[in-house]
Parts: sequence; structure tokens; C-alpha cells
Amino acid sequence: MAVEHRTRTAGEKEPRTREDGSRSGTRDGGPAGGGQWFGVLRSPLGCCAAGLLLAVLLLAAFGPLLWSGRAAAVDTGRLLQGPSGHHWMGTDNLGRDVFFRVLVATRLSVALALLATVLGVATGLVLGVAPALLGRRAGRAVTAVVNIAVAFPGLLLALFFAVVFGVGTQGAVLAIGFATAPGFARLTQTLVASVSERDFVCAARVAGVGRLRVLTRHVLPNIAEPLIVNATIGAGSALLAFSGLSFLGLGVQAPSYDWGRLLGEGLTGIYTHPAAALAPGAAVVIAGLAFNLTGEAVAKAVGIPTAHGIRLPPPVGKAAAGKAPVEPEAAAGPGTEPVLSVEGLRVSFPGPHGPVTPVRGLGLSVGRGESVGVVGESGSGKSLTALAVSGLVEHPGTVDADRLEFLGTSLRDGEKKTAATRQLLGTSLAMVFQDPMTSFNPTMRIGRQLSEVAEQHLGMNRRGAWARAVERLREVRIPAAERRAAQYPHEFSGGMRQRAMIALGLMGRPALIIADEPTTALDVTVQRQVLRLLERVRTADGVALLLISHDINVVAQTCERVLVMYAGRVVEELPSDRLLTAARHPYTRALIATVPHMESDLDRPLPVIPGRPVTPGQVPSGCAFAPRCPAARDRCHTDDPRLRVSEPGHRIACWYPHTGATVRPDEQLSDPTTEAGGRP
Amino acid sequence: MSELRFENVTVRYGTGRRALRAVDGVSLTVPPGQVVGLVGESGSGKSTLARAAVGLAPLASGRVLLGGQDVVHRARGGGHRPLQMVFQDPYASLDPRMRVGDSVAEAIPRTGPSDGAGRRAEVARLFDLVGLDAGHALSRPAELSGGQRQRVALARALAGRPSVVVADEITSALDVSVQGTVLNLVRDLQRRMHLGMLFISHNLAVVRYVSDVVAVMYLGRIVECGPAHDVLADPQHPYTRELLAAAPQRDGSAWADTGQGEGAVTEVDPPDPHHVPAGCRFHPRCPVGPLVRPDRAECLTLDPTPGSAGRVHGAACHFAADRLPPPGTAR
Repeated sequence: MAVEHRTRTAGEKEPRTREDGSRSGTRDGGPAGGGQWFGVLRSPLGCCAAGLLLAVLLLAAFGPLLWSGRAAAVDTGRLLQGPSGHHWMGTDNLGRDVFFRVLVATRLSVALALLATVLGVATGLVLGVAPALLGRRAGRAVTAVVNIAVAFPGLLLALFFAVVFGVGTQGAVLAIGFATAPGFARLTQTLVASVSERDFVCAARVAGVGRLRVLTRHVLPNIAEPLIVNATIGAGSALLAFSGLSFLGLGVQAPSYDWGRLLGEGLTGIYTHPAAALAPGAAVVIAGLAFNLTGEAVAKAVGIPTAHGIRLPPPVGKAAAGKAPVEPEAAAGPGTEPVLSVEGLRVSFPGPHGPVTPVRGLGLSVGRGESVGVVGESGSGKSLTALAVSGLVEHPGTVDADRLEFLGTSLRDGEKKTAATRQLLGTSLAMVFQDPMTSFNPTMRIGRQLSEVAEQHLGMNRRGAWARAVERLREVRIPAAERRAAQYPHEFSGGMRQRAMIALGLMGRPALIIADEPTTALDVTVQRQVLRLLERVRTADGVALLLISHDINVVAQTCERVLVMYAGRVVEELPSDRLLTAARHPYTRALIATVPHMESDLDRPLPVIPGRPVTPGQVPSGCAFAPRCPAARDRCHTDDPRLRVSEPGHRIACWYPHTGATVRPDEQLSDPTTEAGGRP
Repeated sequence: MSELRFENVTVRYGTGRRALRAVDGVSLTVPPGQVVGLVGESGSGKSTLARAAVGLAPLASGRVLLGGQDVVHRARGGGHRPLQMVFQDPYASLDPRMRVGDSVAEAIPRTGPSDGAGRRAEVARLFDLVGLDAGHALSRPAELSGGQRQRVALARALAGRPSVVVADEITSALDVSVQGTVLNLVRDLQRRMHLGMLFISHNLAVVRYVSDVVAVMYLGRIVECGPAHDVLADPQHPYTRELLAAAPQRDGSAWADTGQGEGAVTEVDPPDPHHVPAGCRFHPRCPVGPLVRPDRAECLTLDPTPGSAGRVHGAACHFAADRLPPPGTAR
């Protein structure tokens, strides 16, 4: 569960479109394999746990065989003696050697604890899965019983059962077993319920798989990890509990003995010779530690992959291999000084097989008040580009660029980020993320979150900042802005939250808004509103816009210039009004052709791009698109094409760009003049 | 061949004041061998309707019939599963710990081949049907791409030899370059096997490409339903016109304004399903409704659904006949 959740959040993405990191992670990672167990075993925790567990189990197996004679030998000459050369831990009241008695007691202590754990786990498992197998009513009854049982403290239950089942070994096992069962049942129930909601279980049910089989084939394997971990840790607790019962005289009865009983016997003489009490106590602690550490180690092994054995990328030098073959841009964007200027941007992450570089030398520039769109599929590195530009790539990712300037200030990694730089980013750069659900702090009022920006970066007082927040909310067309500002994010709808996010960006004096898939989580009608708003903000305040999207239509409709990304690089850059008519890179053309639209020919299959998108870990040599390209020749598989200017405002990275005029021969394109006129 | 029919289906979540009718008295027919495209925004109840069809959401009232028989009772038998579903997210709908071949194999009905070799052959046949190499049967989902996973999910749905397949947003989690291959496959399979299909999507262009019939859903109700070409060329309900106007246009022109402009009405947010507006559910957003034309008071009080059967495309709108000039979007 935790694994799944962690990867989701780490990806920072909705399931609707998986992006760069998260997808490649699952694809490369796969289920926890043998390597992971080995890695944990080599860690200090793993080796301690394994060593202790092995020692305890060996002692339990062979202790009685080797030493039961010495443990039972009565030395009447030495009663209740302290530690000596003959008896390391002294003797008890019959003159028996305490040390060997402790060693021999290992078997009974550990065996009883494990027996109780098995009983508890089995009972808990049966109670836990029962609601899933029984009908709704019977299931509810079982749940209610478990809920009531959980409410009682475990030791109280154990004492209660011990009295019910009678004093003795058998009674104690049953008592501790049943006392641990409710907790385990509750855990199982919760886990079963969460997995049962997941799509693959629903899919199996729809496909006609029976309840029992769904449980054994789909549910249990997917909850086994936390259950095993808890059972292991539970064994440690059972050991303690059992010692406790024996100590109280409710567990093992003479002449048998376990640690708890030895502890009880030793306690009577604790002032005269403490060793007799300390030895069994230490044994309990060590064995308990062995179980608990094993539980921890198992949790590590089956849980989230750790950073063990992952190689960090070498420090990226200027001469690093694979530097992007980009020719300097001849014609910069409109406007004299660009708001954002990026050259040779590289973002790397450490991977199990050496560093992975999802962005491989990207260059782009955004002029003042210009709107630039970045299109690409999952794994093309478009979102990472946005994060890198705003300095949000987190460790262990590394960002390197030949040039990364925002309003003339260098933002390159490694160069010291001064307070002034942070101030600049805080006020002049606005980010809008895909998921408006997670972009706001759910416990703070929207207006407060907005006004905080003005207080922090513009030094406004609280009242002034609030007024500005309300004004900005009104500006993004949030109805009843004053009332809305006092509301919490959950009271906003998705589209409204996204507009509030834009308002948040407008609290400073932004020169650039970076919008990363701002409408992917929204409905088409709402998408239109948000894009219109971005457009309006841009034209009204002269704010530049960098819009990142997987949807070529969205980008073409909103932006003046389009950058098409593939495998971490820009493969084509052109004015968006020429996207449909003059795109020359085969990938751009294929991308346009594959998207169904309202005039797609219904009688023929949709054009498709063969092959699958490149994963950042495995970029083919030569042109990255060559394996999927219909026009690829030998040269494409060996030489990496440079991004070069083909005509003013149009750059292509392709050896054999298309020369025709239209995207598809069967396509009916509208009159270019209406295109220009139709733009709002 | 059998048709799938929803008769007055209502699905309710929660009880008391927090109760929410995700689907409210929907009647819809999927004719044998035809594709019904269901469009609507999130929260309109289209996925809930799909889940109700296959028994994953309990019906508060109404019936779901397949070939005249109640689906719920039919599903109890161990034989064929004539109604199957493909889920939206291929990353979540396959058991990550199971080989994909086994995932498909367990959906083969008991009446099919029972021995190991026979089942393996059936899995190979299904994989071939969806254009997957039979060798992929031994892979785990993590080793497959999104498109390949969605093919496996299709193969699993076909294993039950269904007559109707419910496809819930099956391409929205895929990359655009993969979406096309899956759509082509769906269309090809549907035609070859004469499958009935309920194809759910928020993307009108995708629905248009695969559907024979288009149904538009808004706040738990079907507001318009008719032959795909007619509905898209001549939308009756103002909400359908809204959707069409918002659909991506080929010429790159931004959301061609349909005459309503960006007035206050279209900027209104989608309603909260917990607080369904009285009268016509669409009236707070309607560009031809009482907010724009104060004389149309019946929209505020009178539910247009009961009389919808008599209107073109069964449009749930009092003024469906009073049409604006056809929007330039639906050429």
C-alpha cells in the first residue's frame, strides 16, 4: 500500500497521465526481487537481525540437546550462589546452573511464543478476511465483533483468557494467541478493504472470478508484505507477553521452565545475587530484539526500494559525453531581452544502472509577453524542464545547463542562490501545476495563502495583502471573491481552484507563468475557461507564458510558438499557426496525425506511430525517434541530428525533414486566414 | 447477440443529507453490435453507470437487462460472462503480481477449455486477437507499456466471450501516440466480433470516431441521445452544444465562440451533485436559459426530463426545438 502511494506522490501526477519519473520507475523497478533481500542482508540492520535470529533459533533447536543434563544437575554444595568460574551466572535455590537453564529454556520460550503468534495470526487472518467472503450482513457482524475486541488492551485480554482457559502452558498459549488476534484481524480487514477497492480486483470480479479465488489470487498476495512484517514483530511481543504470564505464575508451570519463570524465580533473590534474574531478562530482551529487528529488515526488503546500490551520477562537467548538438539560435524570440533563456539544459537522476538523463540538452527562450508551448509524450522530459527552470528538481536529481537565465539572472545549479534570486523567483515567476487538488494547503483559507505571498515578497501588511488577494481573485473571475477568499480549498471546484492558483501566481509581479498541464485534470468546458484566463492575463499584463501539455490542440490554440519534445530534447520549434501546415519533423507530423479530432475520417483507421515512447533510461543511439520513424535511413540510426534553423522562427532536429506542405494528404485544412481571425 | 438495456437506473451513494444520486433514473439502450458513446464531464455519473452495469455499484432502483435478462441474476452462473468491462487505468487494472497470461486465463469461463494446454491455447488466441505477441503472456504488468497493458485488459474482457463490452475511458491514461492504436483495435474488434459496446469518454473526438450512437450525460441524467452523426451535426441540447464548442478544432482556432461569447453563463462552474438545481438541472449554466432570457421561467421549476421522449434526440430541454443557428463547430 505504502509502496503504491509513495510512487504516486513522488510522481506528483494524476493517474490520468503518468509522467517521466513515476512510469520509468515502475517499468524498470518491477517487483522486489532477490537483489533487494541481499541488499538488506548486507545492511547493518539486516545483518544484526539475521545473526540474532539465527543464534536464537539455533539455541532453541540444539540448546536442550546439548545442555539439558547440566541444566538439571543439582549441586547441593552451591545453593543460591553468585557468578563464579563454575557457574557463570550463579545457581538457583536447588544449586542448578542458571546460565545453562537460561540456554535450555530458549526452546520452550521461543516455541511457545511462536505457537501463540501462529494461533493469533491464523485467527486474525480468518476473522480479517471473513467480511470479504461472507455476505454483507454476516461480514458486518464479524467486523463489529473485531472492533469490540480491539477496544480491549491486549494484556487484559490475555489475563482474561488465561483465567478462562486455566493456568498452565496450554492456557497461556491460547490466551496470548487470542489476545493478539483482534489487532491482526483489524489490520487484515483494513488491508483487504483497501485492496478490494482497486481496479484489478474489480476487473477480476467483473471477469467472473469467484470470491475465494479473488481473495487468494489477488487480495492476499498484495497484502502479504505488511502482514508478514506485522506477524514477525508480533512474535517479539508474544515472547514478552508469554514471559510476563509465566513471571506472574499464569504460564509455564514447574517442573518445566521458560525465561519468564526463571525470571520469577531469580527475582526472589535479586538483592543477594542479581545475575539469576538478569540472565533470563537479558535473554528475553535479546530474543525480542531478534524478532523485532527481523520484522524491520523484512519491512525494508519487501517495502519501498531503498537507495542501496544506486550509483550517483558523476559530476556533470562541461565535457560530459552526449552534450546536446545544438546550434546557437539565429533568431531569438520577439522582444529584445528574453524573459527566460535556456541552453543545454540537462537533468539527471541516479538509477540502478547508472545515471538516467530524462532531459538531454534542451534549449529554449521565451520573450517578454510571449506564449510558448511545449508538447511531448510521457517521458519526453517536458515536466522536468519546467521544474528545472523553476529550481524545483529535488535531490537526487541534478540540473546542469550551459545557460539558464531568468530575467538576466543566472539560475544554474551550483551557483549560489542568493536571497535576491529567491526574491526574484518568488515575485516574477509563477507556477501552475496539473493537480489543483494538491497545489493548495488544505488547512488554510485561500485568501490567506494568496496574501502570504504579498506579505513575504512584497512586504505588504496583512490588510493590504488580503485586499490584493481579493482583487486578484476577482481578476481571475472568481464570483463573490470576498466570500470565496475566506473559504478553504475543498470548497472550491477544480476549475475554480486552478483559477485561484493562477491568482496566486499573479500576487507578485510575474514576468513568466509556467503552466504544467494546467488543464489535464479538468473537463473540456472548464479547460476552455482556464486557457482563456491564461490568455487574458498574458495579453493584459504582458506576462510571458510557458505552457506545457501533452495535448497538441491545447498548445496550438493557446500559444504563439510551439516546441515539440521527444526523448528529452526539442525536435522541432515553429510558430503555432504553421503547426498544421508546415511541420517538418516526422514526429511532429505523426503527433498531429494521430490525435483524433472532430473531422477525422471515420472510414479509415487512425494513423499510428509504431513502437513505444522512449524511456529515459534507454535512449537509442543516433536520432532518438529513428526506430519509430517511417522516413529513417541508415544515417539516422548512427548520427544524432542537430537542432538547426531551417527558416526564420523554425528549427528542426532531423536529417531528412518532410518537405511537403500539408500534414496529411487526406486532410482538409481550413483557410489559414480564418485561423488568424478565429484566435480570441 | 443481445442488447444491453438500462431501465430507469438510479445509483445512490451515502444516506440521509449526504446522499448523492450519481445516476438518476437513466434509461439507455445499447443495440446489439453497435457502439454507444457516452460523454459528459467528470461527476456526471457516466463511470458510475458503467460500474452499475457490471454490478460494481449497487442499483437503488431500476434494472439492467442483457438480452432481456437481469444482469445481476445472470452473473451468478459460472458460465459465460456476456457483459465485460475494460477499465480506465491499465496501470491499476492488472494485478501487479500476476503474469498477464494468468490474468487473462482466469477470466476464461469454466465452460471453456479446462486443461492447462487448452487454456494456454485460448490465451494465445486472445493475445493474437488484440495484437499482442503470445510470449508476453509470461510478462508481469510492470514490464509492459501502457498500450500493451490496455491490450491485455481487452484480451481479458474478450476471454468471457461477451456480447457487450463496457469501455470506461480506456484511452485517457494513454499517450496520444498509443491512443490511436488502441482505438483502431477497439473499432476493429467491435466490427469483427459484432460486439455491443458502451464506450465512455470525456473526449468528443474519440467518441465520435468509434460510436454509432452518442448519449450525453449531465448531472446523472441523459440529456440527449441519438445517432452519432445527427447529434454531432445537429445538437439539440444546449449542453451538447457547449461540449461541441469546447472540443478541439482542427484548424487551431481557439474554441470557436458559438454565439454565446464568454459571458457570465459559460464561466459558471459545474454544479455540485450534492445540490442538484431544481427544475432543469442545466439552467444555472444554460446560455439559452433563464439567466439569459428571463422569460423562460419554466426552466427554474419544471424538470424537462419527463417530456424528453417526444423531442428530437430525446433532448431534456424545454426549448430544444428553439435552436440557435447550428454552431460552426459541427460541420
